[in-house]
Amino acid sequence: MRAFAWGAFVLGALYFVLPLWGMTEFSLSMRRGEYSFDAYRSVLAMPDFQATFAFSAFMALVTIVVGVLIVVPTAFWVRLKVPELRPVIEFITLLPLVIPAIVIVFGYIRLYNTGSWLPLTGTAMGTNLLLAMGYTVLALPYMYRAVDTGLRTIDVGTLTEAAQSLGAGWATILGRVILPNVLSAVLSGAFLTFAIVIGEFTMAALLDRPAFGPFMQRLGQDRAYEPSALAVIAFAITWGCMGLIGLVSRTQKHTRAAR
Amino acid sequence: MTFLDLSRLEKAFGANRVVKDFSLPIEKGEFVSLLGPSGCGKTTVLRMVAGFERPTGGAIRLEGRDVTALRPNQRAVGMVFQAYALFPNLTVAQNVGFGLRVAGVAASEARPRVAEMLDIIGMPEAEYGGRYPFQLSGGQQQRVALARALAPRPRVLLLDEPLSALDAKVRVRLRGQIREIQRRLGITTVFVTHDQEEALSISDRVVVMNGGVAEQVGTPFAVYNQPATDFVASFVGSLTRFEARVTDPQRGIVEAAGVPFDLGRPLPAGAVTLALRPEAVRLGRAQGREAVLPATLQAVEFLGSVIRLRAEAAGATFLLDTFNRPDEPPPAAGEAVEISFRGRDAIVLEDRA
Repeated sequence: MRAFAWGAFVLGALYFVLPLWGMTEFSLSMRRGEYSFDAYRSVLAMPDFQATFAFSAFMALVTIVVGVLIVVPTAFWVRLKVPELRPVIEFITLLPLVIPAIVIVFGYIRLYNTGSWLPLTGTAMGTNLLLAMGYTVLALPYMYRAVDTGLRTIDVGTLTEAAQSLGAGWATILGRVILPNVLSAVLSGAFLTFAIVIGEFTMAALLDRPAFGPFMQRLGQDRAYEPSALAVIAFAITWGCMGLIGLVSRTQKHTRAAR
Repeated sequence: MTFLDLSRLEKAFGANRVVKDFSLPIEKGEFVSLLGPSGCGKTTVLRMVAGFERPTGGAIRLEGRDVTALRPNQRAVGMVFQAYALFPNLTVAQNVGFGLRVAGVAASEARPRVAEMLDIIGMPEAEYGGRYPFQLSGGQQQRVALARALAPRPRVLLLDEPLSALDAKVRVRLRGQIREIQRRLGITTVFVTHDQEEALSISDRVVVMNGGVAEQVGTPFAVYNQPATDFVASFVGSLTRFEARVTDPQRGIVEAAGVPFDLGRPLPAGAVTLALRPEAVRLGRAQGREAVLPATLQAVEFLGSVIRLRAEAAGATFLLDTFNRPDEPPPAAGEAVEISFRGRDAIVLEDRA
């Protein structure tokens, strides 16, 4: 039985590790007969790489800020005042997982094209705004879940009442009491959002923005070794984000002893 | 003028009226306890004073001003919760200073106030100021919560079962501390508890609540010794009830198990239900206790300083307390004994149809 379990584990691990290993190995073999970082050097030196990565990183930050501003007050209010609506809100936040990004982005293009009442696609700024909104929607399930889980660990009702009796209004309560106490949850939601936005292709491509996702795709068409190097870099970024989630939740001062 | 005036408060959740026509004038500096079983509406009354619940009817006036429609953060009312509710991300000093910071008090002014409050609760800033709530015991957390509530100089202090989550020893010590601090600052305080000993020991006045109604408002002495209703008599303290026949309504003479005794006050004719506190009944004959009933000991509970006996007499089970004496072992269950009490100590319970 034990041997069988180990066998299944090793098989599963191979299933994931082998392609990764193959890709890494390939990305290192640009120079014939020896391993080198030539492909990586080539990728990192591309001006497009830097520009698209900077663009996507900036979009990710905007998405995170917008997401936090929407999700934290909503999740807080639902927990505090209308807990019976929680399943409904949860369902709504899950919709982006069910509705393909392409449907959302086509909807946007139809609604906000240059002939519409709000011609957002007419300018680069407007299109960037649309993209940020789209990203916010895509990140919603992860952000909401993370924040809601964070709120579950504190006594939202009593803390709110305590702050109110000390004279605090809603903004103070959210900013000084609720947000700091769910900060590690918010940050883990933020890192997930970052990872999603960095790799997103559909929306950026259809809105024709110079984002990292379309760049990866383009590179895959034109080059041999560089796409593998880029994929490894993308993996490293994602894993870096995951690592940061763990790190942040462990270094929160006021919860250090509890863990 | 009444400092805090609750007049004709009503609160209904749907069809469920949890507070009914509740009126209570409270004087400045008074310590008033709301005492009652769970679901009696005492916490709802407190939450209406705090502003967390909007009354369905009636008014709350603070220093003559109607505050019924004000939001909780506009009332300058401090509150301490059963679950402490300290902000986990803030240190002890930051927690205590929170109300001052929200009020826009300058740091130079707030810092000495925080230090002063921490001194008052016996947790000097130098030692405790930088700690986080999770580094404190339950009792310490509740003291910090008290300091936090008091720091912005609230007009009224509300305590919502603040001792219920603590263990017995801490509870007794902290309630003494709360009372001492309250006296020192002279702050008007409303305290909610289901623990009668707590309410009786620290209050100026006790409000006994049942079913959303104030059954009796009075000093602990009056509530205990002259309960106004049947409910108060049975909820506050232990009690023995027994039936007696009134033989002389004018002079107040009754008879139980064939033994006559004198209540010294006029009574309605017929049968009455009497009640006696355990401490009013003695084992054996005692001077000044003219009513002597033959009894059988049913149970002997050794509680330490006090021995509580249950004795059957006059068709009822009498509770009686005797002090422990090391040179005199307690009687055994099953013994035939006599019990005695003073007729004037008997409480006449309301007639129940």
